[in-house]
Amino acid sequence: MSESHANAPQKVIFEVLRYIPGVDAKPRMQSYEVPAPKGLTVLDGLLWIKENLDPTLSWRSSCRMGVCGSCAMFINGLPRLACANQVAHLHSDKIIIKPLPNYAIIRDLVPDLEPFFAKHAAIKPFLIRKNIEELDNPTGEFFQSKEELVNYIQFAYCIKCGACLSACPTVATDDAYLGPQALAQAWRYIADARDEGAAEREEEIFSAHGAFRCHFAGACSEVCPKGVDPAFAIQLMKQFMFKKKLGGCKEQHGSELAPPVENWVPKKEYPKAPEHSL
Amino acid sequence: MRESTLWFWHIIAGAVILVFLGLHMAIMHLDDILALLGTGYANTVSAATVFARSQQTFFMVTYIVLLGAALYHGLYGCRTILFELNIGKGLQKLINWVFTLAGVGLFVYGTYVAIYLYKMKEVLP
Ligand code: SF4
Ligand code: FES
Repeated sequence: MSESHANAPQKVIFEVLRYIPGVDAKPRMQSYEVPAPKGLTVLDGLLWIKENLDPTLSWRSSCRMGVCGSCAMFINGLPRLACANQVAHLHSDKIIIKPLPNYAIIRDLVPDLEPFFAKHAAIKPFLIRKNIEELDNPTGEFFQSKEELVNYIQFAYCIKCGACLSACPTVATDDAYLGPQALAQAWRYIADARDEGAAEREEEIFSAHGAFRCHFAGACSEVCPKGVDPAFAIQLMKQFMFKKKLGGCKEQHGSELAPPVENWVPKKEYPKAPEHSL
Repeated sequence: MRESTLWFWHIIAGAVILVFLGLHMAIMHLDDILALLGTGYANTVSAATVFARSQQTFFMVTYIVLLGAALYHGLYGCRTILFELNIGKGLQKLINWVFTLAGVGLFVYGTYVAIYLYKMKEVLP
């Protein structure tokens, strides 16, 4: 065997769901043969197809490094980020790619995430304070201890990829269910010592399609590419409500403004920030 | 009623069922062990024993509490399953009414039977 032939990359089959509205009556599968050199991610494979075989193939992606959350797809039976999964790690010479389940398909691998973001917006994913003036014209920073940060930080790692909703059995039957992402984000803010908006979010998160509909299947936490544990957040939320009903949870008063830092001397090794050029 | 209140009582009812169903299981199925401990009834399912139990205030009260808890817990659970089937607001309302009426009706009937049996003490020899 010649040297070049021995080093030739293995080939894998990418079986991709195709659906172009107005052209395809219903979704169909299409196969592509893709060379798979070491380190090839599923996203690299799709890009190779688009550049070399079929420019009509559509999907969403941006950062290529598991940060933007746009490339979540249903890859070999699980919702995963296409850019964060190498073909070799899937241990199969056939890569079956479909758009995320539980969403309508816009085209090919592009799911309609509108309902997902609407649910996220519904839980008011921002700090709510009674003193709006301070939020609009901040005079300082709200105090937060390291322990208070730990209370919510893991839920703040969410990149809004939508994988958790596509794995959730309740979302599969109940369109109106808020879903693990929005509920985990609601808890991310309720658990934040600087927030005063629990009561404002309650109507939404404890509605007939809110936190109580979680059956604790745990599939959301299982598939989350960022290690967020939405199922845990939902259970904490239920516990919070239960304690509240028993009278054991007082309304949270958001933390005070932290005193200004005095006598701060920058460390020598940090270079000075460049001056504004505009 | 707010969903959080309904759910709160669902959990409380679950806890009540756990205790009272445990008691029921112990009395009905662990009779040999209870007999060894010098307590419990012999022949737990005979008509005479069932009547004897029904005529004690403790059992009459536990029957009613268990009935209420089981009805609430079960019906709320069924309502949840139905609500998850993407049904419209009108149907949801209908389910709420049907389940409330069925629950209250069965509870009243069951309570009546429990009290009736309890009171039969006076007519039994
Ligand atoms: S919780 Fe995880 S899976 Fe769900 S949207 Fe956020 S990052 Fe994606
Ligand atoms: S492209 Fe940004 S997460 Fe994959």
